[in-house]
Amino acid sequence: MSRARADEEEYWHSSKFRAFTFDDEDDELSQLKESKRAVNSLRDIVDDDDDDDLERVSWSGEPVGSISWSIKETASSSTSSLEGRDSSLQKGSSSYAAFPKQVSSYSLSSLFKGELCLSLSALLDTGVKNYTPELRRPKAEYKDYSSDWSPKDTVRRMQRGKVCSLERFRSLQDKLVLLDEAVAGHDGNVITAVLIFLKRTLRREILFRELEVRQVALCHLIHFLKETGEQKLLLDLLRLCFFSLSVQLSQYREHLNIQDVEKRREFLKGCIGLPFSVEDTSHIQDHYTLLERQIIIEANDRHLETAGQSEIFRKYPRKASILNMPLVTTLFYSCFYHYTEAEGTFSSPTNLKKTFKIPDKQYVLTALAARAKLRAWDDVDALLTTKNWLGYTKKKAPIGFHRVVEILQRNNAPVQVLQEYVRLVEDVETRLNLATKYKCHDVVIETYRDLKDRIQLTAYKCKVERGSAEEDKINSILNNTVRN
Amino acid sequence: MAAHLSSGRVNLTALREAGRRELREFLDKCAGSKAIVWDEDLTGPFGLIAQYSLLKEHEVEKMFTLKPGRLPQADVKNIIFFVRPKLELMDIITDNVLREDRGRSPQRDFHILFVPRRSLLCEQWLKEQGVLGSFIHREQYSLDLIPFDGDLLSMESESAFKECYLESDQTSLYHAAKGLMTLQALYGTIPQIFGKGECARHVANMMIRMKREFPGSQNSIFPIFDTLLLLDRNVDLLTPLATQLTYEGLIDEIYGIQNTYVKLPPEKFAPKKQGEGGKDLPTEPKKLQLNSAEELYAEIRDKNFNAVGSVLSKKAKIISAAFEERHHAKTVGEIKQFVSQLPHMQAARSSLANHTSIAELIKDITTSEDFFDNLTVEQEFMSGIDTDKVNNYIEDCIAQKHPLIKILRLVSLQSVCNSGLKQKVLDHYKREILQTYGYEHILTLNNLEKAGLLKPQTSGRNNYPTIRKTLRLWMDDVNEQNPNDISYVYSGYAPLSVRLAQLLARPGWRSIEEVLKMLPGPHFEERQQLPTGLQKKRQHGENRVTLVFFLGGVTYAEIAALRFLSQMEDGGTEYVIATTKLINGTSWLKSLMEKLEPAPF
Repeated sequence: MSRARADEEEYWHSSKFRAFTFDDEDDELSQLKESKRAVNSLRDIVDDDDDDDLERVSWSGEPVGSISWSIKETASSSTSSLEGRDSSLQKGSSSYAAFPKQVSSYSLSSLFKGELCLSLSALLDTGVKNYTPELRRPKAEYKDYSSDWSPKDTVRRMQRGKVCSLERFRSLQDKLVLLDEAVAGHDGNVITAVLIFLKRTLRREILFRELEVRQVALCHLIHFLKETGEQKLLLDLLRLCFFSLSVQLSQYREHLNIQDVEKRREFLKGCIGLPFSVEDTSHIQDHYTLLERQIIIEANDRHLETAGQSEIFRKYPRKASILNMPLVTTLFYSCFYHYTEAEGTFSSPTNLKKTFKIPDKQYVLTALAARAKLRAWDDVDALLTTKNWLGYTKKKAPIGFHRVVEILQRNNAPVQVLQEYVRLVEDVETRLNLATKYKCHDVVIETYRDLKDRIQLTAYKCKVERGSAEEDKINSILNNTVRN
Repeated sequence: MAAHLSSGRVNLTALREAGRRELREFLDKCAGSKAIVWDEDLTGPFGLIAQYSLLKEHEVEKMFTLKPGRLPQADVKNIIFFVRPKLELMDIITDNVLREDRGRSPQRDFHILFVPRRSLLCEQWLKEQGVLGSFIHREQYSLDLIPFDGDLLSMESESAFKECYLESDQTSLYHAAKGLMTLQALYGTIPQIFGKGECARHVANMMIRMKREFPGSQNSIFPIFDTLLLLDRNVDLLTPLATQLTYEGLIDEIYGIQNTYVKLPPEKFAPKKQGEGGKDLPTEPKKLQLNSAEELYAEIRDKNFNAVGSVLSKKAKIISAAFEERHHAKTVGEIKQFVSQLPHMQAARSSLANHTSIAELIKDITTSEDFFDNLTVEQEFMSGIDTDKVNNYIEDCIAQKHPLIKILRLVSLQSVCNSGLKQKVLDHYKREILQTYGYEHILTLNNLEKAGLLKPQTSGRNNYPTIRKTLRLWMDDVNEQNPNDISYVYSGYAPLSVRLAQLLARPGWRSIEEVLKMLPGPHFEERQQLPTGLQKKRQHGENRVTLVFFLGGVTYAEIAALRFLSQMEDGGTEYVIATTKLINGTSWLKSLMEKLEPAPF
């Protein structure tokens, strides 16, 4: 280890491989900074204890001498000006963001990416004639293309990365044997190569028919078509082979690639008729209905907002459009902006609740959060009040009053409002905890009174303000008990 | 740099050395000075094989990251692209080559090194772009199994599980088999192969076939491994879903370990002195390498987190006592001796400071209410409590919109611990998830269903209690400080996968036939014949060496449990671990989720 380090050090000091060569003489400051950083990172090698805060952002902490660290160093020394380097680095980093971060590069799924347009007819058609003169191979390699390899040998050779001509496999039977061999080898690279050959040389109906009984190969072809963006063939294939969940949903998945909401809506509408499982169909139907609603609400509200007539939109301008938001977010939005609307309108919360069969719990939770955020305490009260058939009212919370208190507290509800609900928490211990935490003195005092806990009540006296109404209350209770 | 690789029973330096040799040979083929253009995702894994000094010795003068546009100026004879065989990378290379200034002199030669293998399709692609002829050498570098530590190998193939189970693409298994062939070439033929699961069966078949097809591969090396155990991840879907409670496991759960490096929030690592760059320090994560080369880390990484604090404080006392020694040093000889120990002591001190800071960071999280609630629910499920109804905590988490991945982890755990959920319960969870997080997640839910993680109970029977009891997966009397059983790694739950390995060694799988049948996939045994001269005559008391290969990923807690078994005095077996990828529940589920576009806000 120490030897390697000494090597590194010598390397960075030796003049031949200078770590930093800045042609831009003018920019002395940055030069100074750079070399300081270099020196600092060098010191790291010598003394582990040293701060490494001077290393650069993107690669910070890489040990000196590691590969990624060195890339940074050698790359920066080769650009001619500081500006040039900065912009190139920026460009670099933005383009990396586009790279998928998978490490398992080599497997099939990552082999094909993006909108490449593989000219499939040329692919694997590696007969000798295709080689341009300057690419002419040594004689020995011609053997690879002309020899009469069996399907098995062909697959083995392809697995080892050798180029093989598949043109010799003319009969359907030969081709299928070749495909089965490739599948048996489990090497996605080869399976796909054979599939591309079959796709080019077989009639579509025959290919599909054979693939139906070869599911592994079918999956590879679907994946390949997905990656290369051959939508039409893919959809044809999917229509023919509805055999497993993932394939069924492949078509639904496509909606994610559609940016335009109107088109997306149309596409989802088209998905409803597809033979998905019963539950999936109902979810997809809901997805469609929701987007349809959102489009209407969005158009309407954008208009209201720009017109500046509606007070709620003036007071609380919208942060983002409601399009493509989840259902619960939409419900929150509607409870926030459209709470009082009659059930008949598309944007009213009750209408959403009905249409999507939102459970009571979920509804109360969301409405509560929205109304509390607006500090509409009367709405909160109404939401939690139920009337029985005799006309008596009763407070009820399907989510439990402790959750109600939590939500209200998060929205800075005043103590008067809070304590009303703290009082309704059923579990005594939870009630005491919440009341103490949020300083709902009355509730604490009453609870101790009901528990006939003199000691705690006396102790609580020091928590309330001296001379306050609460203190009087405690005193009167304590005196009362004495008399009893 | 690689001393820690030779610390175990099997000297993995040899594997690293083989990798380095191959790399050197390739570099020497391209005579003259060179620049390497890197596919960025390769630098991490390559860093475990070679440092820059090796490249430098072979005239690598510059290194760049691969990006579109003109290649940077560099007076070198060769430009070498180190890339994975991905078509979008081929596009970038094409762009680089086409923009190369033809007028410059001397001309630069281009080469490509594909990692881990050449691809017909990529070369065809380059040919269609008319640049294939520009490359003088096109080679492959089979970086299949990368040594991570003295007893740990990984292919770092992130999507292996997804490809095998969702896409029926078993290319990663083919690479696993190739990696095992390389291992056998270096460490001798492994006489016994056991396996459980569909993928395990495939890999074993491929190994046997490869051996038959290359008779030359029959080597005359004395076998170091006695047994190979191939385990499918889908045999044990439960373990990765639970929160790991070992020190290393928690670091991975919370911060994520990548290629043995972890990035940590810098606040706890504040510099002792005020540097110039001190101002922007808090934005830069602290990066540390974690492996057994660090003595203290090797000691604490596999402990239950609750046992780490006491070790750290004990170490702190020892180190300050050692520093105090200097006051007692009177003679020149004594002072000299003290000074000679100083570098070691300083290293120990900074290592201790780092791990104390990490432990503090983790403690902040493990003592939080939410961590506790989450763990309580996990443990209830694993011990078989209330797995058949909708769980309140999960519902609350959905209502509060906790990260979706956390929800999926818990619901999947419940499903696995109940051999699938009742249709009504499953539908309820599904609806809540879709309504709260968006309908498009139906794709992810379907992926999980296909992988067997989240599914309806079809057989109408819950097998999990039988499996749990027979394999003793739940231990009530767990000892976190001085463990006597592997269940300490999850504070009560003994990882199923490791239990299978343990029972295989003693008393053998025959004792658990019934349970093995309940778990998915076949179980099997194969023998590879050895020439008589190489058959092992075991010394009395000598431990057997078993290579456990996890197909589809392994967690740090499972590794810790296997290391615990290796160290048991009467264990009789030492384990080396190989895997397609080091995972935790979060990274694993992430790999199974549909990639959705980010929400607009």
